[in-house]
Amino acid sequence: MSPAVALATPPPAAPQSASRGQAIIVLEAIHKIYALGEEAQVHALRGVDLTVTAGSYLAIMGPSGSGKSTLLNLLGCLDRPTAGRYYLGGEDVSQMSDDALSEVRGRKIGFIFQSYNLIPQLSVLENIQVPLLYQGLDLRDYEARCVELARLVGLGDRLHHRPNQLSGGQQQRVAIARSLVNDPLMILADEPTGNLDSRTGAEVLDLIDRLNRDGKTIILVTHDDRVASRAHRVIHMRDGLIDREVINRAAPTAPTPAHA
Amino acid sequence: MLSYQILSTIRLGIKSLLLHKLRSGLTMLGIIFGVCSVIAMLAIGEGASYEAQEAIKKLGSNNILIRSLKPPEAARQQTGGGGPRGMSLKYGLTYDDAARLQATIPGVKRVVPMRIIRENVRFGRNEVPCQVIGTLPFYTEVTHVDVLRGRFLTDMDELFKNNICVITAGLAQRLFPGEDPMLHSVKIDAFYYRVVGIIQETARAEQRAQAGKMEGQPLDNNVYIPLSTSRTRFGEVLIRRLAGSFEAEEVQLHQVTVQMQDTAAVQTADPQIRTLLKRFHDQNDYELIVPLELLRQAEATKRRFNIVLGSIAAISLLVGGIGIMNIMLANVTERTREIGVRRALGAKRRDITLQFLVETVVLSVGGGLIGVVVGMLTPVIVSLATDMKTIVTLWSVLVAFGISGAVGIIFGLYPARAAALLDPIEALRHE
Repeated sequence: MSPAVALATPPPAAPQSASRGQAIIVLEAIHKIYALGEEAQVHALRGVDLTVTAGSYLAIMGPSGSGKSTLLNLLGCLDRPTAGRYYLGGEDVSQMSDDALSEVRGRKIGFIFQSYNLIPQLSVLENIQVPLLYQGLDLRDYEARCVELARLVGLGDRLHHRPNQLSGGQQQRVAIARSLVNDPLMILADEPTGNLDSRTGAEVLDLIDRLNRDGKTIILVTHDDRVASRAHRVIHMRDGLIDREVINRAAPTAPTPAHA
Repeated sequence: MLSYQILSTIRLGIKSLLLHKLRSGLTMLGIIFGVCSVIAMLAIGEGASYEAQEAIKKLGSNNILIRSLKPPEAARQQTGGGGPRGMSLKYGLTYDDAARLQATIPGVKRVVPMRIIRENVRFGRNEVPCQVIGTLPFYTEVTHVDVLRGRFLTDMDELFKNNICVITAGLAQRLFPGEDPMLHSVKIDAFYYRVVGIIQETARAEQRAQAGKMEGQPLDNNVYIPLSTSRTRFGEVLIRRLAGSFEAEEVQLHQVTVQMQDTAAVQTADPQIRTLLKRFHDQNDYELIVPLELLRQAEATKRRFNIVLGSIAAISLLVGGIGIMNIMLANVTERTREIGVRRALGAKRRDITLQFLVETVVLSVGGGLIGVVVGMLTPVIVSLATDMKTIVTLWSVLVAFGISGAVGIIFGLYPARAAALLDPIEALRHE
C-alpha cells in the first residue's frame, strides 16, 4: 500500500476498503420511473444490472437522457430505485429510509462534483471535515487526518483559506480530500473535470488515478472520451439500459492481466 | 459529545451569519427593538405606578380621609356679590361629625380631627409661612411621624390648652438657623408657643395633596399645636386677607382621618361614612378619600397599562420574528446548493433542520441579548432626562428574552423545515 490512503491517522470507522476483486456494488434489474404528472411517466432506467468490484475504475458515459445521471444518483444513495435491488458493500440499500441512506452516504461514499461544491463559509480544513461532522464524531480527534489529506492533495499550506481564495483546480483537490476523509467504499465523481481547463483537469485526473492505484474504487460519469480513457471499464448508457461495455486494458492504472 | 456538536453547530451558524454581516445585523435590529421596547416600556410603566402606589400607601391603606371643601355654590355666591357681604361662610366638617364617626361607624380605631390654618410663624426677624395644624396626640398613630427631638403633643397639652408646639425639621432649620429651637418659642399671630419637639414627617403625600393651595412653599413647614389650643387661640371664624378685601370662613375641622381596624373594615365603612355625613350636611362641603380604593384603582390601571404596553411590544417582536423568517427563507433559497452538498455528504434531515434553526435562534437570541442591554439602559436614560422613576423588573427582562428565543424557534422552524425537506438531487442541481 502506498502512503496515499494508508495515512498515519486512522479513518473514523473500521477500514472499509474491501479486498481487490470483491464485489462491492451489485445492481439487480434496477428500474427508475419518475412520475411527472397524472399519467406522464419517465422510465429513466429499465432494468440495469451491474456489478462493480473493489478497486475498479469505472466510467459511465452516454448522451443526455440516457439515464446516466439517474444511475449515478442511485449509486450515490441520493435516490431509491422504483424496482430492483442495490447491494452496497453487501448491504441492501434499495429500500432504506431517508435517514439510513444519509448514514450510508456519510460512511461509504465519497462524492466529487463537477462544480466542486465546497461550502463557501468554511475553510479548506473545515470543508474536508464536513462528512465527519454528520457521523457524530469529535472533529478534534480527526484534525490530524484532515491535515494529512490536505497535504496529500497538495494544499497543506492553504488549510485556512476560503474556497473563493483558491483556483478551480485547487478547489477540486479539496473536494477530493473531502471525499476521502471517511475512507469510503467508493468514490463517485460526476464530471470532475467539467469546469477545469485541460491542464488542471489532467492534474485532477492524475490524482484520481493515484487513488485508484492505491486501491480506491472509482466510478466517474463523463462524456469526455479522454477522461473515460483512464478507466479500466467504460459502460455506455442508452435509453435507460447499459448499451455496451468496454474493457480498457490500455488505461494507465489498468491492473496487470495477472490480477484481472 | 452532544454538547460539543451543539457548540460546533452554533459556531457554524455564527460563521454563516457573519458571511452577511449587514443582513444579519438588520435582521437582528427587529428583535433588538422589540426586546428593548418590552423592557423599557414595562420599566417606565412600573416606575410610574410605583410612585403612585407609594404616594397612596403613605396615606395609609387602613385610613379614610375626609376633607372639608368649600362648596362650589357657596363660593359662587360669595364672589358674585349676591351673598351677604362681610358675613362668614360656614361649611365643612364639624366636631360633631368627628364624634359621630367615632361613635357610630363599626370598626373605627381612631378619628383624628385636624384644623389646618395658614399663618406666618415668626421667630425674631425670621418669618415663615406655615400650616398650623391643630390636632390630637394620637395623630402620630395615624400618620407616620419620627420624633427627632423632644416629644409630640400629649393629652395634658390638650386638656390644659397649653401654648406649646411641635415643629417639623425643615421649619426648624428655616426658622432657627444656628439656634436650638428647643430653647425658644415661636410667635404665631399674637401668641407665643414654646417648641417642645421636632419631628420628621414621612407622610409627604398628605401634604402634597394640599400643595396646590400653598404654591411655591416648601411642603414641610408644619407646626403642630393641641386642637383645644387652636380652637381658643384662633377662634372658629377664620379670616383670610385677600388682595384688597378679606373673607371670613367658619370651618371647624379641615380634615378628619378615620383609622379603621383593618382593610376589610375600610370597605364596609366607606358607604356608611358617606351615608352618615350626608344626613348632617345639606351641601357638598366635604370629600372622602379612600387610599385603599385608590390603590386598587391604581393597580387595575397598572394592569391595563401593562397589557397595552405588552401588546405593543409583542407586536414589535412579532414583526421582528417575521423579518427573521423572511431572511431565513431567502437564506435557504440562496444556500440550496450547500444544503444539497451537506445532504450528499451524510447530513440527515434533522441535521439540516438543526443547522438552520440554530442560525435563527442565534440571530434572535443575539438580538435579544443586545435588546436586553439596550432595554436596561433606556430607562436609565429616560430617568435622567425626564426625572421619571423607572423600575426594570427581572420578570420583564426574562419575559422579553424568553419571547425573543421563542420567536427564533417559532419563526425559524418553517424555513429550517423547508431546507430539510429539499430533495438532495434537486438541491445539488440548483444554481
